Amino acid sequence: MTLHIDIPDENLAGILVKAFKNRSFLAGFVITALVAAVAILSFFWTPYDVTNLVISDKTQAPSLAHWFGTDHFGRDILSMIMVGARNSIAVALVAVGIGMGVGVPLGAFAAARGGFADDVLMRLNDLVFAFPALLSAIMITAIFGPGAFNAIIAIGIFNIPVFARVARAGALAIWPREFILAARAAGKSRTLISIEHVLPNIATLLLVQGTIQFALGILAEAGLSYVGLGTQPPMPSWGRMLFDAQTRMVVAPWMAIFPGMAIVVTVLGLNLLGDGIADILDPKSRRQR
Amino acid sequence: MTAYLLKRLAIAVVTLVLASMVVFAVLEIIPGDPARLMLGLNASADQIELLRNQMGLNAPVVLRYLHWAGGLLSLDFGRSYTYSVPVIDLVRERLVVSLPLALMALALSTIIAIPVGLFSASRHGRAGDTIAMGAAQLGVAVPNFWFALMLIYLFAVWLRLVPGGGFPGWSAGVLPALKSLLLPAVALALPQAAILARVTRSALIEVLNEDYIRTARAKGLPYRLVLWRHALRNAMIPVVTILGLQFAFLLAGTIIIENVFYLPGLGRLVFQAINQRDLIVVESVVMLLVAAVIVVNFIVDLSYAVVDPRLRGR
Repeated sequence: MTLHIDIPDENLAGILVKAFKNRSFLAGFVITALVAAVAILSFFWTPYDVTNLVISDKTQAPSLAHWFGTDHFGRDILSMIMVGARNSIAVALVAVGIGMGVGVPLGAFAAARGGFADDVLMRLNDLVFAFPALLSAIMITAIFGPGAFNAIIAIGIFNIPVFARVARAGALAIWPREFILAARAAGKSRTLISIEHVLPNIATLLLVQGTIQFALGILAEAGLSYVGLGTQPPMPSWGRMLFDAQTRMVVAPWMAIFPGMAIVVTVLGLNLLGDGIADILDPKSRRQR
Repeated sequence: MTAYLLKRLAIAVVTLVLASMVVFAVLEIIPGDPARLMLGLNASADQIELLRNQMGLNAPVVLRYLHWAGGLLSLDFGRSYTYSVPVIDLVRERLVVSLPLALMALALSTIIAIPVGLFSASRHGRAGDTIAMGAAQLGVAVPNFWFALMLIYLFAVWLRLVPGGGFPGWSAGVLPALKSLLLPAVALALPQAAILARVTRSALIEVLNEDYIRTARAKGLPYRLVLWRHALRNAMIPVVTILGLQFAFLLAGTIIIENVFYLPGLGRLVFQAINQRDLIVVESVVMLLVAAVIVVNFIVDLSYAVVDPRLRGR
């Protein structure tokens, strides 16, 4: 038995109609779907093989044959961006998964228990927040070795307190409600109430935060790869492409322009999507419209 | 107010102590022996053992932590393994680049964001608001190091207005030094300004819906006065919170931006130290930045009391 008290007046169809009337959601959804489609497509087809170095074609300007030009090894930039998308999405997605998987139960537990356990968890949260995320991610990848896996762990760790805080704040607002009281009167344990009644009611909150963290994860992965601590060559990644482009700005600016635009478009799409979801489902922001 | 401040202070101190333990512990588990590293491949086991004793690396963990943490309090960070100079000297040398850079970026971001937020909120829902917030939405999505590359291309490579990298040092004069920090500061500031403008706008919109704003308007106060005196002040709490967070972010953000512009700041120092396994330098810089974050957060808590008179009563 699950109660969706927070969304009383709408069924799924109603929400969908509203969603596609929301410009922010629509734009975000289209962009995100497009990026995801390109990433999936890259598994089956890219214009050129990104492992194939054609030195005679190096640093060619954008042309019909190479829409976004070629890099210093003669690799097709468009193909590299397509394969890089796969990599960025995978790193950010798993990092969000880690943050949600650990953070949400912690936050929900803190809200359900209250008192000492809550205090301890929130102080630990403050502790992690005190470490500038990027600095710590750099430290973690520097210590345990550069690579996509360690980048995921580093970004994931800093997602944990974010989700813990959001889940706790959301859960604290749900606990005083009547239907929780009813469930408690029925003899359900705090854990069961958290899972059956609290979580479904804070799901949208977590979804919105998830898209924000997803976008931040893409930016973080790009930053780490840019300083050489994220995804390692020859696997193409957007951050690494920008690093390679930096010393060649004068002769081949397209090497920097297009991977950067790929990051901007992806992050923009995710942020618009998050804003849109918040608009549609959060009654408070709806009132403001 | 004393109770509120004492509680905040206690939290700050506890966080600082825990953070120092974490930093110490993380660097304890790193593989690699600094003594072996300093002496090179040809060193005998005895030589290494001797140096380990000299450096105090053989002492029990707890003692080493207390020694290190005690040193921090008197700004004695120990000596760099690779440069054999006190770490504090290295840090001081780099801080004169990183700190002005972060402050410049923070000032730029505030100067841009608050007026844009005010503009957007006062034209809520109209074309000006939509355009400004569209630009802000775009700004949030731009990675600062890519933006930095584009700025270099435009202003250094193409227009040749400013240097594309490097730092002449403050001894070369304040103006050339500031000039070489300008592009990095803009690169750091604009994405942050976009976030801050969004926060300012939404905080203002919330406040502008309050009854006391209507009262102020109804008694005939000009809209501009209501906006600046009544609304902005009440919208300051979220804005100040984000400003505090951004300062921490900017300090850390300088790490990557300094590498884009070849600036000899803390970020470059950290990277060199990581590559050379100069752990004590890494430890010190991380600890310094964490301490800065905690202190800034504490100042933010203090400023709540200034902005919100209700907290003063507590």
